[in-house]
Amino acid sequence: MIVTVTHYLVLAAVLFSLSVAGIFINRKNVILLLMCIELMLLAVNFNFITFSRMLGDELGQIFVFFILTVAAAESAIGLAILVVLFRTRQSINVEELNSLKG
Amino acid sequence: MITSFLFYAFSLILVLAALGVITSRNPVHSALFLVLSFVQSALLWLLLEAEFLAVVLILVYVGAVMVLFLFVVMMLDVGIEEVKEGFTRYLPVGVLVAIIVVAEIVYIIWYRGQDIFSVVLPEPYPETYSNTQALGGLLYTEHVYAFELAAVILLLAIVAAISLTMRQRPGLKIQSIAQQVAVKREDRVRLVKVDPSEDR
Repeated sequence: MIVTVTHYLVLAAVLFSLSVAGIFINRKNVILLLMCIELMLLAVNFNFITFSRMLGDELGQIFVFFILTVAAAESAIGLAILVVLFRTRQSINVEELNSLKG
Repeated sequence: MITSFLFYAFSLILVLAALGVITSRNPVHSALFLVLSFVQSALLWLLLEAEFLAVVLILVYVGAVMVLFLFVVMMLDVGIEEVKEGFTRYLPVGVLVAIIVVAEIVYIIWYRGQDIFSVVLPEPYPETYSNTQALGGLLYTEHVYAFELAAVILLLAIVAAISLTMRQRPGLKIQSIAQQVAVKREDRVRLVKVDPSEDR
């Protein structure tokens, strides 16, 4: 069975939905939410690279490059916020983070 | 043939690793599963002939970002048992949302785009093609402003991470070099007139 574009797109969809489910399931730990966001960005990058390969256009890979950059910056800042949060609250439980009452 | 076998093997391990990320009890195990899924994705990107990005994914993500994650997971002493309390409570909602998302996306790409997306991937590039060279040619000419903006974003991340986590503990006895250097003679030395004839 020959691998087509659809295979890669379905793989990315499965990966994305797994990480969405992870965000819903893990309500106790902010680190796991950050990891699920990383996994989501990875799934999106899969789509970009697949279409870049299908169309023979490297622009999609340029996009993935910038997404990787922004994701690295995001996780660095997110982890820094997490460290400060743990220092002040002694907990990273998602359900206890309700002081904004949002 | 070998390509499709490799695709199925890598994607099976990738999906299992993603499952491990969201279901494992210990956050350290989750981080290690995430490393595994990044490695599998890099291998799949190699199959898609995006060699430069595969190497960047290994170097930047597995080498830097996941090490940062592991540092934070191990530094924050979070109990494993309390972390997993709400697992079964939110499991039905999570599974339902995941099924809805995957059904929608698969519907779009399987039924709506039958003629577009079922195309076989094009022939592999010739041996003389260099993915890194092609990306560099695009990145340093057409998209050079975006490239510099990415550098600014990384600088912003450095400054934000340092300024968020740096703290001055009160009551710490430290030298202030600037104050020591800037001190003048008048601040420290006090001349006292002593009358020598005065008897004690």
